[in-house]
Amino acid sequence: MNTSTLSSWLLLGEWRARFMQVMVAVLAIAIGVALGFSIHLVNTAAFNEFSAASKSLSGQSDLQVYSRQGYFDELLYPRLAQHEGVRLANPVLEFTARISGEHNGENERKLKILGIDMFRAARISPDLLGVPAEDQRMDGLADDAVFLSPAAMEWLQVGQGDLLRFNVGTQTLALRVAGGVTRVRAGQRIAVMDIGAAQWRFNYLGLLSRIELKLDAGIHHDVFRKELERKLGTQFFVTELEEQEARLASMSRAYRVNLNMLALVALFTGAFLVFSTQVLSVMRRRSQFALLRVLGFTRKQLMLQIVTEGIVLGVIGSFLGLALGYGFAALVIQLFGGDLGSIFFSGIQPDLHLDLVAALVYFAVGLGVTLLGTVLPARDAMQIKPAVALKSDHESNVIERLSSPWPAFTCLVVALLLTQLPPVAGLPVFGYLAIALLLIGGIALMPRFAAWFFSFVLHNVKKRFSDGKLNAIVLMVLARLANVPGQASVALSGVLASFSLMVAMAIMVLSFRVSVDNWLEHVLPADLYVRAADSGKQGGFLADEQKSLAGQSLFSRSDFLRYQQLILDPERPEVTLIARPVDSADPRNTLPIVGKFIKSSQLSEHDRPIWVSEAMVDLYGYTVGKQVRLPVGNGMHTFVVAGIWRDYGRQFGAVQMQLSDYQELTGDMSVNTAALWLRSQATLDAAYRALQQLPYADALEITQSQTIRNTSLQIFDRSFAVTYLLEIIAVIIGLLGVATSFSVQMLARSKEFGMLRHIGVTRKQVLALLAAEGSLLTMLGVVLGFILGGIISLILIFIVNPQSFHWTMQLSIPWDWLLLVAAIMLVAATVTALIAGRRAVSGSVVRAVREDW
Amino acid sequence: MPKKYSKSSNLIASLLMMILLAMLQSQLRAEDQQYAPVVPGYTLVFPQDYGSHPDFRIEWWYVTGWLETSENKSLGFQVTFFRTASPRHSSNPSRFAPQQIIIAHAALSDPALGRFIYDEKTARAGFELAYAREGDTDVKIDDWYFKRNPDGRYIIEVKSDKFSFELSLTPTQSIMLQGERGFSRKGPNIEQASYYYSEPHLDVFGTITQQDKPISVRGRAWLDHEWSSEILDPRADGWDWMSANLDDGSALMVFRIRGKDGSKLWAYGARRNAAGRITQFASDQIEFIPERVWESPHTKAHYPVEMRIRAGEAEWRLVPLFDDQELDSRGSSGAVYWEGAVTVFQNGKNIGKGYLELTGYLQPLDL
Repeated sequence: MNTSTLSSWLLLGEWRARFMQVMVAVLAIAIGVALGFSIHLVNTAAFNEFSAASKSLSGQSDLQVYSRQGYFDELLYPRLAQHEGVRLANPVLEFTARISGEHNGENERKLKILGIDMFRAARISPDLLGVPAEDQRMDGLADDAVFLSPAAMEWLQVGQGDLLRFNVGTQTLALRVAGGVTRVRAGQRIAVMDIGAAQWRFNYLGLLSRIELKLDAGIHHDVFRKELERKLGTQFFVTELEEQEARLASMSRAYRVNLNMLALVALFTGAFLVFSTQVLSVMRRRSQFALLRVLGFTRKQLMLQIVTEGIVLGVIGSFLGLALGYGFAALVIQLFGGDLGSIFFSGIQPDLHLDLVAALVYFAVGLGVTLLGTVLPARDAMQIKPAVALKSDHESNVIERLSSPWPAFTCLVVALLLTQLPPVAGLPVFGYLAIALLLIGGIALMPRFAAWFFSFVLHNVKKRFSDGKLNAIVLMVLARLANVPGQASVALSGVLASFSLMVAMAIMVLSFRVSVDNWLEHVLPADLYVRAADSGKQGGFLADEQKSLAGQSLFSRSDFLRYQQLILDPERPEVTLIARPVDSADPRNTLPIVGKFIKSSQLSEHDRPIWVSEAMVDLYGYTVGKQVRLPVGNGMHTFVVAGIWRDYGRQFGAVQMQLSDYQELTGDMSVNTAALWLRSQATLDAAYRALQQLPYADALEITQSQTIRNTSLQIFDRSFAVTYLLEIIAVIIGLLGVATSFSVQMLARSKEFGMLRHIGVTRKQVLALLAAEGSLLTMLGVVLGFILGGIISLILIFIVNPQSFHWTMQLSIPWDWLLLVAAIMLVAATVTALIAGRRAVSGSVVRAVREDW
Repeated sequence: MPKKYSKSSNLIASLLMMILLAMLQSQLRAEDQQYAPVVPGYTLVFPQDYGSHPDFRIEWWYVTGWLETSENKSLGFQVTFFRTASPRHSSNPSRFAPQQIIIAHAALSDPALGRFIYDEKTARAGFELAYAREGDTDVKIDDWYFKRNPDGRYIIEVKSDKFSFELSLTPTQSIMLQGERGFSRKGPNIEQASYYYSEPHLDVFGTITQQDKPISVRGRAWLDHEWSSEILDPRADGWDWMSANLDDGSALMVFRIRGKDGSKLWAYGARRNAAGRITQFASDQIEFIPERVWESPHTKAHYPVEMRIRAGEAEWRLVPLFDDQELDSRGSSGAVYWEGAVTVFQNGKNIGKGYLELTGYLQPLDL
């Protein structure tokens, strides 16, 4: 008989015997790989589509010229068009317009509109040209017509010839849907219209948002670009398409990386399952291996045999995982269009591509963790001394080797040191590394700790036992747990890994949610918020409308807010500028200030204060007291950072300044939002009625702060839906681990139980013993998991989040949820132990004991 | 790459086609009465009437000519600038409001190549990037110009990937008012008319660049400047038009408007001899007799590229420089017509050179 036949016999025999356990291990690997792979696929597809969609709007231009303030004077267009080296200049006015209709915060429908000169666009971005009706060929130039992409038509439920109403400031504008923009990417919701008509109808007269350039052949792009940037001055910047892609990537990168990390968590727990399966399998087959050794199998061959088992498991699991992952990704894209709970990728319809490199990587990761879980048991099998092993069922020494505490301690210490390191390229690499090390260290320390703990308990109860106050069963349980920590820890590692990760996630998510809730309360102090759609570059409320709003007798106070987007760094997404009255005596009354701040009395009178969000500190290095220059109005102005506030709304940074400063610098008296406080005797209904009687009531979007709060929390919960799913999967994998390791242990210990039965222990008592063992172990796992998870949650909250998303949060612990999951795990583990035990004690006592020989 | 290119150029095709079609659409709607009408009895005033007439719906400056290169090769060239007012006058104050659209075509007939080379540009007037100025001839799109200097000399500049023209055109004769002192009827209806003058026998001198090789050229050209608000009869299928600088110094222009049923809807012709005496031919005196039909391998359209034209007592025979002078811009503007350099024979004798334009042969074009 050749080796490979023998090898396959051994494999198949083993798997037939423990089909369920093998299946569970394979499934665990598959789930981990599937999750990781599908998240990767969905995110990649969504990102590619998103960036392709954005790129398609810029067509085939070489360079794009933007202003830091979003819009700029159109007279730059003829300058650039006649610039030396420019072959073609394509002026574009891009903005979003609010669709008229019922507004209630979340359902607000905003459409991206591109104003183009079709003669210029035809040569640079021909896909953006509208297709008019046969008999209305000039509609591309019409001043009352708009062309919609198929997705936008479907979304807005309109077709060619219908009227579409927009809010422009406090006015309503009706445009004719003249046709489709059929060549844009599927799912992309955009509208296209004549640039002149767009400027006029939407109040952008004289303004452009970008100019796309095609350069003459032979012009060196970089040189040209530098020269142009120098000529245009700091108000403008020039980009290439690749940079826009980088900017888009940086927008969603933190989100994507963190999601992938969550997927790895599932894989990590899966690895423990393989480990426990393999360890127990080796233990169970000690005598079999010993026999093989006696029959001439070399150590190497034995090692190979076990590693082969692992490889086969890993290959099957990883393949299954890839298939599952692809299917899952396809399903997600079909159902949710690539938006895994984030807002980055909404409004697109990605195509799923089977990414071979990614598939290979995830396959390798799946196989890798399986091998990791196999190597230690295989080494253990190699150490088998055939003579000893054949004779008696000697306990495994796998765990004893592991349990030298120093590597584990080193892991923990290194983990703690890593938490002090800064992010790498905006990603909390060291934070994640610290978490991984904590998990490894914690789990490695597990058996030693279990032994310490149970020895300690045993030592303490021994006396009570000799006093006859304690049941013998309890003593037996403790004695076993204290003296054979090896097997216990295998079961425990699964519980520990999954429970600690779950605790960490739960604490992180709750802390985040509570912080967001508090923050919302702080940033939405008024009773009502009234918004009007932008009117071109200006906010929707002009001076008259502000007066009529503030003059309402129902309101005790009204604040006006002006929002604008600024680009401080072309490689980063826009920063939001918020101008509003800020309590200068104590800005904490207006803003959720964190840390120290400068009071107005400490500023000299010509210093203009700004308060910046935490993201500005991380991204732009703003600190309290620093003088910074911002493009506000015409030109750059100097401000002093007077405080830092917490902002969960704008990950890429926000700056608040006094409305009066803003108006002085820009002369722009318009605002976007009015915050209204009701008089004590006024009701919300009365306020609504009063507002609806305003002549421009149709264009108003009135929201109660309570509604905004609820909507925001809903959005929050939706974004974390994936996290909840992963938590549940981690728990399930953990429980599967408990089930496997217990049932295998039970089989391995049937001799022990036979012996116990022989010396007079009843069946019931054996079962009680098993249940107690299971619950005690799980309890220890849960407690340790809680501690470990707590530490990990601290890393997530205080390191990973601030480094990825640039915001901090307060710690809150979801005790009830954690206790519930702990109880479920405890019960589940006990029940599992019992079920496994019933099988172990069901056989004949005599046969069980005879197996000893 | 080729796929992308064809996709974008097809789109440009349909886009420009719709502009051209809309521009040349014959039927005027009742509400479009805001355009200035073409009425008989108006006296053309120069230099103002050299310039643009933005109140009229449509206008063009059209130059054709024969050139001789320094290597003694013959070339035909055509440069046209169109101006069209947007179909409805809007009160849009935006500088981008498309009040006027400027379109330019340029073509080169090189017998050495045996085919047309052609390019075009379209833009809305504005920002000094594209305009048709009033006061004197001055039309521009980006780096394409057509401009009349105060001394009467015209300057043409066209830069394209395919070729470049830098030409100066010097008048050798006075301008030739077509029709009734510049009022040129185009159909049985009195409103179907344009203001129309020509400048024959322009002395051409300049450079033509092909494949980065500049060649100096000289020759003779013919300029037409025409503006109108309503020009073609709705029953019209297309037109046949010819102009020629005859060797004896006389200038000849004949056109007919073809009906959809093949009939002659309208025709007109005029011959001015070197002394400046004009002979006009009325619609019923003119006959176009196809002599040889050429089938385009590109479009399968049939063009009577060799034509006999009878006007009163006189008869001329037109022989093309080469057959394939079809302007097939389905890959770009979509317009398809034959626009060719022709030699004029009378009684078997070569008496001059001109251009023949045959439109509406592929399909009942609105052209």
